[in-house]
Amino acid sequence: MTQSLALPLLVLAMPFGVFLLLAVVGPLRRTGRGAGLLSIAAIAISFVAALVIWTRGFVAERTWGWIPADGGPIAMVGVLVDPDLGNPMLVLVTLVSLLVQIYSLAYLSDERPGALGRYYTYQSLFVFSMLGLVLAPGFLQMFVFWELVGLCSYLLIGFWYERPAAARAAVKAFWITKLGDIGFIIGIVLLWSATGTFEFTELFERAQGSALAIPGLATIMFLIYLGAVGKSAQFPLHVWLPDAMEGPTPVSALIHAATMVTAGVFMVTRAAPLFALVPEVLTLIAWVGAFTALLAATMACVEGDIKRVLAYSTVSQLGYMMAAAGAGASAAGFLHLLTHGLFKALLFLAAGAVIHAVGTNDIFRMGGLFRAMPQTAIVFVVGTLALAGVPPLAGFYSKEAVLGGVWEAHLMGPFLMLTLTALLSAFYMFRVVFVAFFGRAHAGGHPHEAPWLMRGPLWLLAALTVLVGVRFALGGAEAHEETPAWLAPLAVGLAVFGFGLAWAMYQRGAIDPARVATVLTPLDYLARRRYGLDAIYAGLYRGFILGFSRLIGWIDRYLVDGILNALTALTLRAGDSLRHLQSGRAQDYVYGVAFGVLLLFVWAQLWR
Amino acid sequence: MTGLSSYLVLAALVFSIGLFGVLTRRNAVGILLGIELMLNAVNINLVAFARFHGDLTGLIFTLFTISITVAEVAVGLAIVIVIFRVRRTVEADRLDLLRG
Repeated sequence: MTQSLALPLLVLAMPFGVFLLLAVVGPLRRTGRGAGLLSIAAIAISFVAALVIWTRGFVAERTWGWIPADGGPIAMVGVLVDPDLGNPMLVLVTLVSLLVQIYSLAYLSDERPGALGRYYTYQSLFVFSMLGLVLAPGFLQMFVFWELVGLCSYLLIGFWYERPAAARAAVKAFWITKLGDIGFIIGIVLLWSATGTFEFTELFERAQGSALAIPGLATIMFLIYLGAVGKSAQFPLHVWLPDAMEGPTPVSALIHAATMVTAGVFMVTRAAPLFALVPEVLTLIAWVGAFTALLAATMACVEGDIKRVLAYSTVSQLGYMMAAAGAGASAAGFLHLLTHGLFKALLFLAAGAVIHAVGTNDIFRMGGLFRAMPQTAIVFVVGTLALAGVPPLAGFYSKEAVLGGVWEAHLMGPFLMLTLTALLSAFYMFRVVFVAFFGRAHAGGHPHEAPWLMRGPLWLLAALTVLVGVRFALGGAEAHEETPAWLAPLAVGLAVFGFGLAWAMYQRGAIDPARVATVLTPLDYLARRRYGLDAIYAGLYRGFILGFSRLIGWIDRYLVDGILNALTALTLRAGDSLRHLQSGRAQDYVYGVAFGVLLLFVWAQLWR
Repeated sequence: MTGLSSYLVLAALVFSIGLFGVLTRRNAVGILLGIELMLNAVNINLVAFARFHGDLTGLIFTLFTISITVAEVAVGLAIVIVIFRVRRTVEADRLDLLRG
């Protein structure tokens, strides 16, 4: 086995081995911190291996037959290592997982050892599933791991399952992503029945040789895209992501910001050669992505819960990536995925440090935290600047690349929505910064800086966010070579305008937020109610599912049970009347026998 | 020399009397007697056939039947005595513990 194959398998095997060990060996799991350290050690090895794979630019594909059939195996299982897409994703996943797991050791130090062990068991399973998804060489294997990460997401959102809100959010996330996954699996199977293969390489070869002109390819790709809509929280299936914030903050950072939710974008990018064949679906992806970005950004502007602001921001940035993928600039979208993974994990972890210190999610009950925890404040500002798209931080280049890609594709509507989103994202992020870190300090509690186990990952992520940006600034003209010259000033201008607006409203007090809200009453009203989407889903749920359940319940109670009850009643009545035949007197039975014999004689005589 | 049929008629008569006794007697001992009559009707048949066909099998069979009948009566009467001890009656109409 070559090295370029052994290392990816090692990357996969480490978290899986730890998961098996922790899942099977109960006493080890119940040590809590021990389980955590074991998991961290494994993911560290995975990270180093992934780093080697990435820097050496390994290329490998190896598959083994999975589902055997007469004419060759139906599906394959294996690893696909490619330097453009899979390898950087491997590094991102293992890096963020490693940092989050280290961070969790301090963040969840109050948990019982058993619960902590359970947490690390889930974490290891998640890392394994996510890596398997990234390395999947075909749609079917990707789908299996796709569902596994969904399961881990469910388990980790509901980590504090004693809290009804967390349990409900977990179920909601699971349900809503399943809606998209139904489309995904149907699309995969349709594609297979038309082409006879699940494997990416084979499909791409056929796509290039234009041998993939299947009737209904647009429908198939649309169905596959639906999976990404659910997983990557695109409109109208984005409602689960803000609720997923009920999970522990490190989980939000890892799963619901940096890695799992980007799986949809990753899938669309991976299958880009196939999507390129169906321009109408691509246009739809771009429009939906841009609309999602704008919608989520408006909701982030009125949210008071720091994690929910970040969640809406994630939805918004996922919209960005999807719009780029839809505009045919999937490389730009993927670049944004990577940089976003870094700075959004940073923001979430910093928010976790803040929540850990003040014990509330409400930014209006924080205030003046810069004085109490300057380090956290600094890294949060770094993340904010990156998200707002201020050069030379990582977010600026990827965002500009996305905007440039959408502009190149002549998608005016999405481009305008995305530029507006850029303005709004600067605004809502600086709103959080000013309100939480610089505003008037609120009485109650003495917030203090987080332990170094939490600060270390924060600083590392902040440094990486800056370094990646600087590296782009110095060497990388390749990321944005074909964008128009006015794009960069526009992006920076929007960011600065958003910053200024937030400053004027929440720091300087020059503009009263309440008055702005009254001027924009309908928008404010809608955004605060999340555009009624949650209510619509709840209504649909009550109307359809509960109604359907009631109907089924009625049928079960009155029709099925009725027939059964009638049958039993009939049997009872028949038995009741027939039991008198059994007199218990032997002579009566002899009568019967004699009479029967007599009848037999008569029958024998008459009808022979 | 009477013919075979007269033996068969006799056997049928004895069988019918026995059956009538089984069906109508209220005393358990009477019922047992009826059963004896029916069995002996069969014996008459067997002997008659053996005699007229010149085949000794029927006679040997009859010997078996008689010995088995003796055993049956012994067991039957023992049961009747036990029933009498328990229920203080041997009237068949009253012995209806298995009534549905």
